[in-house]
Amino acid sequence: MISLKPVYSSADQAVADIFEGATIMVAGFARPGVPQELVKALIRKGVGKLTVIANAAHGTREDLADAGRLVAAGLVRKVITSFPAPTRASVEGYPEKLYRQGKLEVETVPQGTLSERIRAGGIGLGGFWVRTGVGTVFEEGKEKRLFNGQEHILERPLRADFALLRARVADALGNLVYDKAQRNFNPTMAMAAAVTIVEVDEVVEPGGLDSESIATPGIFIDRIVKAQSG
Amino acid sequence: MSEKERLSRELMALRLARELKPGMVVNLGIGMPTLVSDYIPHDGSLVLHSENGVIGFGPTPREGEEDPNLVNAGGGFITLLPGGAFVSHADAFAMIRGGHVDVAVLGGLQVSEQGDLANWLVPPRALGSPGGAVDLCVGAKQVFVVMEHTTRDGKPRLVSRCTYSLTGARCVSLVMTDLGLFQVTPQGFLLREIAPGWTAAEVRSLTEAPLAVGPELVEVRA
Repeated sequence: MISLKPVYSSADQAVADIFEGATIMVAGFARPGVPQELVKALIRKGVGKLTVIANAAHGTREDLADAGRLVAAGLVRKVITSFPAPTRASVEGYPEKLYRQGKLEVETVPQGTLSERIRAGGIGLGGFWVRTGVGTVFEEGKEKRLFNGQEHILERPLRADFALLRARVADALGNLVYDKAQRNFNPTMAMAAAVTIVEVDEVVEPGGLDSESIATPGIFIDRIVKAQSG
Repeated sequence: MSEKERLSRELMALRLARELKPGMVVNLGIGMPTLVSDYIPHDGSLVLHSENGVIGFGPTPREGEEDPNLVNAGGGFITLLPGGAFVSHADAFAMIRGGHVDVAVLGGLQVSEQGDLANWLVPPRALGSPGGAVDLCVGAKQVFVVMEHTTRDGKPRLVSRCTYSLTGARCVSLVMTDLGLFQVTPQGFLLREIAPGWTAAEVRSLTEAPLAVGPELVEVRA
């Protein structure tokens, strides 16, 4: 018997069991690959004190329902991200505003280290040694060790209770195919959460995807939501 | 203070683009570095790499032909060249840390004479966004920086020691500013090319770190 994954017609139903204080990974980079309907559903649900792990979290794009909009909605207690601030330094992002008020903890992580910490969490590693951040504030408080005469720092894995993902198409087994730059953090976060929820444009029958094109195998996916818009 | 004309952003980008050679894998940072892509051949002779996993991209699409799922690391619309590929973030950074990117072109706030780069946290902001720059500083074989020579209030950006929070230590090899092209050598900054109409002494007066001048100093030309 094949293991079909539940397909939800409502994003609200798919996020119904996300609880206060949960750790949530939100995929996407700029607009591609952001699970906007799941994020909107989470904002409607209004569950708070979340820890959010995402590439960007400044929340200054009101037309984009990304992790930053969870911060802007006041639902986040801690954010782990490589973009806590918008790239224009003249603009203050929501994390900075809330951080100044003592309402938000911010862990700023170099982007490659962020994706690799998520990967480490997803593939069962206790951490990894990396040169990224040596000689900068990003090495503070971390163990150091020489490999091949070069300093490395120890980075620890990240895992989450839920991962919110976006792909172009899923089959009913949860196998995913992405569209172009949609891929970004999605395949990595898919491995690193207890429950993974993916929002897709289209759901097809098992066998309906080209096996060579599947970038995330269904064993990493728990729930599928058919998106209402692109 | 001199009010002489400095190099335009376009000329800075054009000049730096000439340092990018066929066969190179190149990552262009957000802001001024992105302009460099207007001055390189988009014939596949060099490969543009983006942190968000677009490998082998081309120029900005024509208006109306943008694909919402095809963007660079700055979120700007791009096109894909024949032979282009998509990978995950984890794989894009495997390429960076693994030494598969030849040149990263980054923006800057300060560069020190040792080649330290500060570009991610702008005081008095409490938070900044390192993005992929910290990773590029340790992973790219060469790091080029393009930035204005002085701050808005006239303070030098080529310094003895960076006062802003570092992005990477001892990583920058070449700096393009609106006053010239500077090599970072074991002895410090070397002025290779200078903005037309400027003297080395004038550039030196706007540079905090010691500045050597190459034996064959030429003007930056379009």
